[in-house]
Amino acid sequence: MKVVIMGCGRVGGKLAGLLDIEGHNVTILDIDDYSFRRLPPEFGGTALVGNGTDEDALKKAGIEKADAFIALTQGDNRNIMACQIAKHIFNVPQVLCRTYDPLRQELFGSLGIETFSPTTIFAQMLKERLLKAKPKGEKKAK
Amino acid sequence: MYIIVVGGGQVGYYLAKALLDEGHELLVLEKDAARTAFICSDLGSVCVRGDGCEMTTLAEAGAGRADMFIAVTGEDEDNLVSCQAAKHKFNVPRTVARINNPKNETIFKKMGIDVTISSTNIIMESIEEEMPTHPLTHLLDIQEQGLEIVEIKIPSHSPAIGKTVKELPLPAGNTLSLIIRSQQKPFVPDKDTILEAEDQIIAITTPESEEALGTALRGS
Repeated sequence: MKVVIMGCGRVGGKLAGLLDIEGHNVTILDIDDYSFRRLPPEFGGTALVGNGTDEDALKKAGIEKADAFIALTQGDNRNIMACQIAKHIFNVPQVLCRTYDPLRQELFGSLGIETFSPTTIFAQMLKERLLKAKPKGEKKAK
Repeated sequence: MYIIVVGGGQVGYYLAKALLDEGHELLVLEKDAARTAFICSDLGSVCVRGDGCEMTTLAEAGAGRADMFIAVTGEDEDNLVSCQAAKHKFNVPRTVARINNPKNETIFKKMGIDVTISSTNIIMESIEEEMPTHPLTHLLDIQEQGLEIVEIKIPSHSPAIGKTVKELPLPAGNTLSLIIRSQQKPFVPDKDTILEAEDQIIAITTPESEEALGTALRGS
């Protein structure tokens, strides 16, 4: 499948590498080419300097033929806007969005953008891990 | 009317000032502390420090009872997201967004922002209209109906000179509403009005047909 990823941070770079190894056609966009150092050395996809909220940059990245678009920059609003462009202008079948803000995740989830909040997911995970480990910890404390 | 303005830069500040003068109840949301303090010292307590894209900030600002929501920050994505939050989370009846990159106009419209104002386009057009060779001047956009009111001056070499209005190849839906002729009172033309050189014409057109209108009145 053809995947366009916006934002080559730790998550973007890692995901691009994972998909590439499995034989998917990956194009990753970032406004700073220094970010592409995070891609694995054997990365066989395309790394493009460009802004994912810019329609021309998205076209260059092949958005018109993409099966999926994933927005992973540091900016929640930028991710939301890029996903809305991918979904509503380029009709990309699968669009995934990261927003750190849980409230924005809720709102834009309800507006039809599949949105994930690492804040919620990670806090939940830590809470579960902590409560599971608690009895043991209490014993040790005594 | 209760109006929330997001972004206290030059546009937000002068807009707030104008809206206060008109007697509206107003609140400006601004991220920067120093800018917030400046606006408050200048205009009174009408500015709160906060991110206009945060639901909690919007709730505290009373977005739920706002009649109008205007986002004028320098970042298009922030303007888009805050307007969508106002519209869908707080049901603000009218949302207005400033667009910096003209390319973004389509997505803002698709996402249901009621009014979009492309600052780059406006500046560009104003400068273009100062060029002596510029064919037409935009006077007013009527966004809801996709119409615009423009002014066109008939140059001395125009093929329209000496012709009646009904003989002109005007694009469908275009209307010549007023002619301003030197030494005369402005008048509303009818189909038999003959055009003269240097006539200033106020016309109703559409963004799609304005070029054809310009050609009809000025030649190519």
